[in-house]
Amino acid sequence: MSLLAEIWLLLLKDLRLEWRQRTALGGLLLYVGGTVYVSYLSFSFRGGAPPAPAWNALFWVILLFAALGAAGRGLAQESAGLRLYYYTVARPEAVILAKIAYNFLLLLALALPALLLYSLLLGNPVQDEPLYVASIALGALSLATSLTLVAGIAARAGQAGGGTLLAVLGLPVLVPVLLLLIKVSKNALDGLARDASQGPIVALLALNLIVVAVSYLLFPFLWRS
Amino acid sequence: MKWWKYLAIALLLYTAVMGFLGQVPRLAILNETERNLYFHVPMWFGMTIVLAASVVNSLRYLRNPSSRLDILAHESAKTGVLLGVLGLLTGSLWARYTWGTWWTTDVKLNCAAITMLIYLAYLVLRGSVQDEQQRARLSAIYNIFAFAVAIPLLFIVPRVASASLHPGMGGNPGFSKYDLDSHMRLVFYPAVIGWTLLAVWITEVSCRLAFVKEKVYEKQLDKQTA
Repeated sequence: MSLLAEIWLLLLKDLRLEWRQRTALGGLLLYVGGTVYVSYLSFSFRGGAPPAPAWNALFWVILLFAALGAAGRGLAQESAGLRLYYYTVARPEAVILAKIAYNFLLLLALALPALLLYSLLLGNPVQDEPLYVASIALGALSLATSLTLVAGIAARAGQAGGGTLLAVLGLPVLVPVLLLLIKVSKNALDGLARDASQGPIVALLALNLIVVAVSYLLFPFLWRS
Repeated sequence: MKWWKYLAIALLLYTAVMGFLGQVPRLAILNETERNLYFHVPMWFGMTIVLAASVVNSLRYLRNPSSRLDILAHESAKTGVLLGVLGLLTGSLWARYTWGTWWTTDVKLNCAAITMLIYLAYLVLRGSVQDEQQRARLSAIYNIFAFAVAIPLLFIVPRVASASLHPGMGGNPGFSKYDLDSHMRLVFYPAVIGWTLLAVWITEVSCRLAFVKEKVYEKQLDKQTA
């Protein structure tokens, strides 16, 4: 079987599993919705919508923690026996690439409804709407690529507080990604010319390429343990 | 003692004496603080070199696992963190007297802080895994992954960034003059070599300590099983 076919099968398997246990996805959606609602209530003390930079920053922080929660489930939930089974039927490279793709779709499915609800409750000061949505899609991609391998490491390290470990290991890697993302989305917020966002977008894509390549190379070693 | 250790001592003594007594150009605002060039900058040099050594050992570990390579990678990373913290402290002190603040939002400062966070996370990861082989493998993987992400950060982003207060960047013309000053170069280059050698020396000593600890532990295990 070719690598692409393997990735496709594994991705379908993950999506089917997710669909069968809808409570998990529902839990994540509820988490995002709850956070958005709490922010809405907190800002309502100051009379409605927050200033635009705070609006943007808060949304990214909500997405960041949703991503940490989502990535923590992906690789951690598989038992040792199941891992051994995959090992016999699939290549590790296919497993990690399928996981990245799956995390990307999952984050996208979380982020877009979150944006909708967020705009509904806290107003929407964005001036360049397509670019903002694109920056969120790019954000889902970047968060998925950088967190998947790290989540795998944190899951293997196991122990109590696996969630904290994921945050500790993931945040330093994510800070540069988030800085670039917030730059792009701030440009979209202020309705700047698209040229201004070109640099950071290219940088983000390049960073994603590096991260995927390194994950592809390193995952077989992680898998073996 | 090996010859390069004497060299390290000589170079660092020279750096300390000439660094504080040598001639520096008179520049507004900077005044005597530019002597920090002999301490702050070489520390980042040394840090980069031992961190590179750490990641090389992690790569070697993945190809060919042995506890020796794991110890080398771990101790190099620890020395790197030590030098990084010293670099942050000297930089912060310098910033207090030239920029008037201990810390500010600047590309280079943020990059340095993120690098420190990455390696502190590496140490936390090592602390949270009990099994030795598992710990060695997981931390090697994280080390390589984090290094691959930190490289564009440390070497590319600050050069691409348009605005930075930090020396070696536009908008701070005093520094191009001072980098070219021949008196300072006479101290700066030996300082770089001296601090780097010191970093290697610290790593060597801590590695030896770790090897000895491992041996003692194995002997105790032997005694218990016998």
